[in-house]
Amino acid sequence: MTRFRITAVTAASAMGVGLAATRDALRLRRGGLTPCDLPGMPADIWIGRVPEAEAIEPPADLAAFACRNTRLAELALRQDGFSEAVDAARARHGAGRIAVVLGTSTSGIEATERAWAQRGPDGALPAYDFARTHDLHALPRYLRARLGLAGPCVSISTACTSGARSFLDAATLIAAGLADAAVVGGADTLCGLTLHGFASLELLARGGPTRPCAEDRDGISIGEAAAFSLIERAGPEDSGAIGLLGAGASADGHHMSSPHPEGLGALAAIEAALASAGVGPGAIDYVNMHGTGTRANDAMEDRAIARVFGAAVPCSSTKGWTGHTLGASGALEAVISAICVEDGLIPGCLGVERVDASFTSGVVVANGAARVDRVLSNSFGFGGSNCALVIGRLP
Amino acid sequence: MTVRAGIAGVGLLGPGLAGWTASLPALAGTVPYEPAPLVPPVPALLPATERRRTGPSVRLAIAVAAEAVQESGLAPESLDSVFASSNGEAQVIVSILDALHAPDGAISPTQFHNSVHNAAAGYWGIAAGSGRPSVSLGGHDFVFATGLMQAVAQVAVQKAPVLLVVHDVPLPPPLTALRPGEESFAMALVLVPGDGALGGLSVAYRAEATMAEPPLPAGLDALRAGNPAARALPLLGVLAGRQAATLRFALPETAALDVAISP
Repeated sequence: MTRFRITAVTAASAMGVGLAATRDALRLRRGGLTPCDLPGMPADIWIGRVPEAEAIEPPADLAAFACRNTRLAELALRQDGFSEAVDAARARHGAGRIAVVLGTSTSGIEATERAWAQRGPDGALPAYDFARTHDLHALPRYLRARLGLAGPCVSISTACTSGARSFLDAATLIAAGLADAAVVGGADTLCGLTLHGFASLELLARGGPTRPCAEDRDGISIGEAAAFSLIERAGPEDSGAIGLLGAGASADGHHMSSPHPEGLGALAAIEAALASAGVGPGAIDYVNMHGTGTRANDAMEDRAIARVFGAAVPCSSTKGWTGHTLGASGALEAVISAICVEDGLIPGCLGVERVDASFTSGVVVANGAARVDRVLSNSFGFGGSNCALVIGRLP
Repeated sequence: MTVRAGIAGVGLLGPGLAGWTASLPALAGTVPYEPAPLVPPVPALLPATERRRTGPSVRLAIAVAAEAVQESGLAPESLDSVFASSNGEAQVIVSILDALHAPDGAISPTQFHNSVHNAAAGYWGIAAGSGRPSVSLGGHDFVFATGLMQAVAQVAVQKAPVLLVVHDVPLPPPLTALRPGEESFAMALVLVPGDGALGGLSVAYRAEATMAEPPLPAGLDALRAGNPAARALPLLGVLAGRQAATLRFALPETAALDVAISP
């Protein structure tokens, strides 16, 4: 596929607000998960909460967008010179040539949950701005307004692949000539629907943080995150810079919430991403796994990775730091992948004493230093949605 | 910059619009449009256990997808897909929110996995036995034009057919008070590189545009006003009337998608 320079990135998650804090947390193996202190949530779980977002307000002229998801997005936009980088891109391309393509699974549904708790005796909700909070389009509309952009506006909601898919679908718009650049990524925030929903499926880790790939792993810790990237078509002058080298997707066509046990859908997405990047398995230096910490996901993902890479390539999940940030996870892990390339870092799974003995891929549980030119980042979701990105140095 | 695709198949379900072929006269304006109750069909393509779990939004989506794909003559499992819905699985989400606020507070795991916005795409993948990539978009009132733009771009870049499905059912109470709408509507297009049996279209994005909704025969305009997916109706009308036309569809906030259709 066409290659894209990743001109700027930003992220806010439980492991850190902004890139410097995210880098430090990765290097120092300092996770961000804490016991759940939100009211009315399932018992004995840990979450990846970003309390810094709770005190943030959007600019006054965009106050109608105020909700937990917007606040977290706004927090990320204020970090890392991201909005300044978008300003510069707008000067280069024009506002109408920069698309905003963002993923979210539940958008600002937390605003509806709050309203639900205040229903009148007739069941009516108090007034709030549904279109600018709960609606899926609220997120890209907010970023477009906040960043002064006027290009195509797309919201993607493919459960836990939403953030990763945003790279693929924005790349399509640029390659088709409908835009010259795009702000991509996603945001998802803690809410009752997802915490109780995953609890109903008995997929939440209890009594401690998630331990992806561990022999004794017992489920997911849910987190929240906003992570954004600015992508532009790469030119010869971008050689050596960080870019999106390839992207691939597939569907399981198997079951709504259980992955194919042999990881056939995951395998197809990984192979499509490698083909899109025009590289073989040997060119990948690190695999950032989806690695949710559930028995089923990690086992099928191990099989899929092992079929492509054997045990030759180090792989790990960084969800021990952040929790599973659902529709933002692919966007956040794209940023983590870029950090791994820039810093020559391979972050081992956090909090894992013994890797599942049945695993045959190259799972690592301690940090390593190595030259990292290309990272494969996996995302898988309900509905059998799979997406893999190759992020690395542009040739 | 215009981006082009051919049209190889159409699917349609709405009140008084019982499939694409049956709806041609009303869409073309040669007979009056007569609304009639719409019952989303049970998806026969799905295994019985999965079939029971589907709600109206998913059923509408699968029905129009199946009709469009059958007309295209392409194998359903061979098609990449773009699903677009404004309200998505809000009916499922509302029943979960009700359960969360009930005294016992228990929600069903099946309901939770059915609440994802890509539920229709997931069930379609199971029904079609397809491993092809699929994306599910939101888009508020702009969901049809957004989905069409993304699907046409994908056809042009991948040089392969794409199934576009746009589907919306009304928000249930109490949300419907915040976003009114009473009708259900779904349509699908199989878009192909080059020309299709039903002609082709090209799309152009306009960052700043003055908007006027394309005209519609009496009755269909009310349907359009009551369902975001039904903003597709003017395009279907042009295809039914087989007269070339250029239509403009609103996109956020002052943008538009110009669609030149050559049936």
